[in-house]
Amino acid sequence: MKIGVFALQGAFIEHINALKRLGADCVEIRNSDDIIGVDRLVLPGGESTVQGKLLHKTGLFEKTKDLIDQGMPTLATCAGLILLASSLSNDENTYLSTLPMTVKRNAFGRQLGSYEERGKVLGFEDFPMVFIRAPYIENIGDGVERIAESKGHIVGVKYKSQIALSFHPELTDDLRLHEYFLSI
Amino acid sequence: MDWNTQYELNKGLAQMLKGGVIMDVTTPEQAKIAEESGACAVMALERIPADIRAAGGVSRMSDPKMIKGIQEAVSIPVMAKCRIGHFVEAQILEAIEIDYIDESEVLSPADDIYHINKREFRVPFVCGARDLGEALRRINEGASMIRTKGEPGTGDVIQAVRHMRKMNAEINRIVSMRKDELYEEAKTLQVPFDLVLYVHEKGKLPVVNFAAGGVATPADAALMVQLGAEGVFVGSGIFKSGDPKKRARAIVEAVTHYNEPKVIAALSEDLGEAMVGINPEEIKIIMEERGR
Repeated sequence: MKIGVFALQGAFIEHINALKRLGADCVEIRNSDDIIGVDRLVLPGGESTVQGKLLHKTGLFEKTKDLIDQGMPTLATCAGLILLASSLSNDENTYLSTLPMTVKRNAFGRQLGSYEERGKVLGFEDFPMVFIRAPYIENIGDGVERIAESKGHIVGVKYKSQIALSFHPELTDDLRLHEYFLSI
Repeated sequence: MDWNTQYELNKGLAQMLKGGVIMDVTTPEQAKIAEESGACAVMALERIPADIRAAGGVSRMSDPKMIKGIQEAVSIPVMAKCRIGHFVEAQILEAIEIDYIDESEVLSPADDIYHINKREFRVPFVCGARDLGEALRRINEGASMIRTKGEPGTGDVIQAVRHMRKMNAEINRIVSMRKDELYEEAKTLQVPFDLVLYVHEKGKLPVVNFAAGGVATPADAALMVQLGAEGVFVGSGIFKSGDPKKRARAIVEAVTHYNEPKVIAALSEDLGEAMVGINPEEIKIIMEERGR
């Protein structure tokens, strides 16, 4: 199984390291050819404005959207979640729009609003959730399952084979979500 | 929240900036251009380094009102500089909720001995370093991100290259040492043993390391990333050039495609005037000497 990790900008090495520890084979996606033959996609954290632009510049946008719409398992964290959202409440842009939800960017404020909390995620107890200038999910559409909450907001969802998280499991040693993602 | 948790979050923000370009801006309009061109963060400052050189005199933290204007203009992280050792300027920047403070040699140092005790702050700090010792000393003081010093405002990449190569060489040397030699190395570098041990075991700094100082072209940016930088700061290089928007976009893409010469060749076409640049031999103020 080959995991395509978007390497346009952001914390992609951290995802690759986590997946490698689980024995998965990873490729970095920077150009439209790199996505050929992958079985799963990871959209890492970083700046969504940067990654969104580069998705278009590299010609990856359409192919990526098609693959996710056709059901390719996808794990998206932080900026990745923003790229998947069908609408953003405080930004006129949208990107891949494969997941029906409204997301608020930088929803907990600037860096001084960043925090860490442990909670239940997708049935995994005591999961470490690291929020960095994180977004949260304001509304979800039909068929979207909420899998994590923090401070009264939705911070994780599952929709078909897409898992989208406001926080960063790749910055912790807890591999349970990555392991689950490989099992889908 | 305890300091260690905050420090992890602050190191984490630097990780999110990796593979990106942080651009110096002096107005909200420039900040918007930077964001639209794909900057992963902006550095708000009154004058870019090239102009600080031209103006001379004492250069200080920017007007908080000007920084707030930039914070309102963009959605990406906003950084700002304070003088080396000037912890009150840092307190002010924390009070206006800056995302990252650069304790920077580009401004006139406020203290010729002591750096800021960055462990007294919740807000993250990035600091410049010319070698591994400087980098680890800044990390020990609480910096959660490091950048090469380079020689700011020159448009000459030679110092950044020298600093990055030196840091890499020193890291490699520590990796190849016997463990019993690390104690002496810690004394030489004037840093705690634990930091030297981390470098020995992991072969890298414990925080993200960017390149800064003199980056002016897409090729400069890719050069620094190939040499091991995890991202780049571009100061004077963008808004001192003929076509800032185009150059900014090209540098952003060059960092993503740092290992693809054909892409960088295409990005390097028709960028207009690069900043004129000055050689280190021609300059009077050597900023890299500030803060050790």
